[in-house]
Amino acid sequence: MSQKVPEKLIDEKGLRLDGRKPDELRPVKIEVGVLSNADGSAYIEQGKTKILAAVYGPKEVHPRHLALPDRAVLRCRYHMAPFSVEQRKSPAPSRREMELSKVIREALEPSIFVEYYPRTAIDIFIEVLQADGGTRCAGITVASLALADAGIPMRDLVCACAAGKVDGTIVLDLTDIEDKKGEADLPTAMMPNSKSITLLQMDGMLTPGEFEKALNLAVEGCKKIYSLQKEALKAKYVAIKEAVEE
Amino acid sequence: MKILPIFFEKREIVVPGDLLAEGDYIAGENTFREGKYIYATRVGLIEYTNEKVNVVALKAFYIPRIGDLVIGKIVEVGISGWVVDINSPYMALLRASDVIERGFNPRKDDLTAIYDVGDMIIAKIIAYDRTQNPLLTVNETGLGKITRGQIIKITPTKIPRVIGRKGSMINVIKKESGCNIILGQNGLILIRGRSPENERLAVMAIRKIEEESHTSGLTDRVAEMLRKEKESGKYESKSS
Repeated sequence: MSQKVPEKLIDEKGLRLDGRKPDELRPVKIEVGVLSNADGSAYIEQGKTKILAAVYGPKEVHPRHLALPDRAVLRCRYHMAPFSVEQRKSPAPSRREMELSKVIREALEPSIFVEYYPRTAIDIFIEVLQADGGTRCAGITVASLALADAGIPMRDLVCACAAGKVDGTIVLDLTDIEDKKGEADLPTAMMPNSKSITLLQMDGMLTPGEFEKALNLAVEGCKKIYSLQKEALKAKYVAIKEAVEE
Repeated sequence: MKILPIFFEKREIVVPGDLLAEGDYIAGENTFREGKYIYATRVGLIEYTNEKVNVVALKAFYIPRIGDLVIGKIVEVGISGWVVDINSPYMALLRASDVIERGFNPRKDDLTAIYDVGDMIIAKIIAYDRTQNPLLTVNETGLGKITRGQIIKITPTKIPRVIGRKGSMINVIKKESGCNIILGQNGLILIRGRSPENERLAVMAIRKIEEESHTSGLTDRVAEMLRKEKESGKYESKSS
């Protein structure tokens, strides 16, 4: 399966390749608590992007010298499965994956009360099963849910969404082809309660006016993802409650 | 008393970041205050008391508290004591001098003869703070090595639910299954019964509580389930 590059990414009616409007998210499906061996886990499907996240901890730090006396250390691994992209990807961690592991860790850290559990470690594993753009954002979204599922105290859930510019139009939630052929990509992660942005990257060129428009659009997208996150987190318990109480 | 704004009904499910209350409430367990707002920090059930907002977590890990009874596993035998896994982010220590009453001599006394790696023990936490790992003691009646029975693990925050109001739940399970049950505050439960069948009943009941802990009328449903299970005939009556 090779991707054909169409001449236009946005048609005359203003619709995108997959028929979305510029400010529309891809269909999102989230499930929490999918793995029984991890302390916490979650799974997301955002369009064709599919990601699994697992969390262990807090637990004793190994090797010992990495432990911090006043707070927990957060360790994060973002990894793409060899079959996640069209051309087999080497399973060894690439430069890109190491960088993403770092930015994802830094996007999640402000949400966690790390100072509650000194001398411990919290491990986050993000496994991209299928990639179609927006994996760092979807990765942050699921990892945050996996942390909540593990029972780790948090200030807020972190939600993430990208905006960008394609064929001169500001659009929300870019797919792989829109990211590659478009003019700009702006991944954003935030904690909606305190209105604080924990990740903001930009790739490409935008004028200050376009940047502001794109950022506002990304924030709107984050808020939509946020309500889906909360719904998914409650769904597991609500289902049991309804089943037994009638 | 003035009415302060609250945003959820009692015992509703909340998730981290949910706005729970506004104003002069005290931010209780699993909540935090930012300005005049109180938010949840864990997935759990909300409880409002007069002036306080609490969230009873549906999943959490065990943080040691002095005086807690815990069930642990020996993972390491050292020169002067044992390292015990108590199902917590922190490993617990048990000193040899705590077990051997007369002066302890590292050259003569063989610690593996008392507790070896893999042994399960019932112990009590006597010291713990955030700078040091918890310290255990087995110097009380009922504490020490576990020689028989089954151990199951549940989320530590659900231990109070297994006990029930004034022990109502645990008494039902004990009576119906005829088992002796010891609850470790760290989420490990020891079940000792006359036969594996008795123990199976108790395990089933506890698993049901774990699954449905956030629903109401659970004690009655557990009692009913146990009675039905006994009648179905797989269970040997107490006369044996």
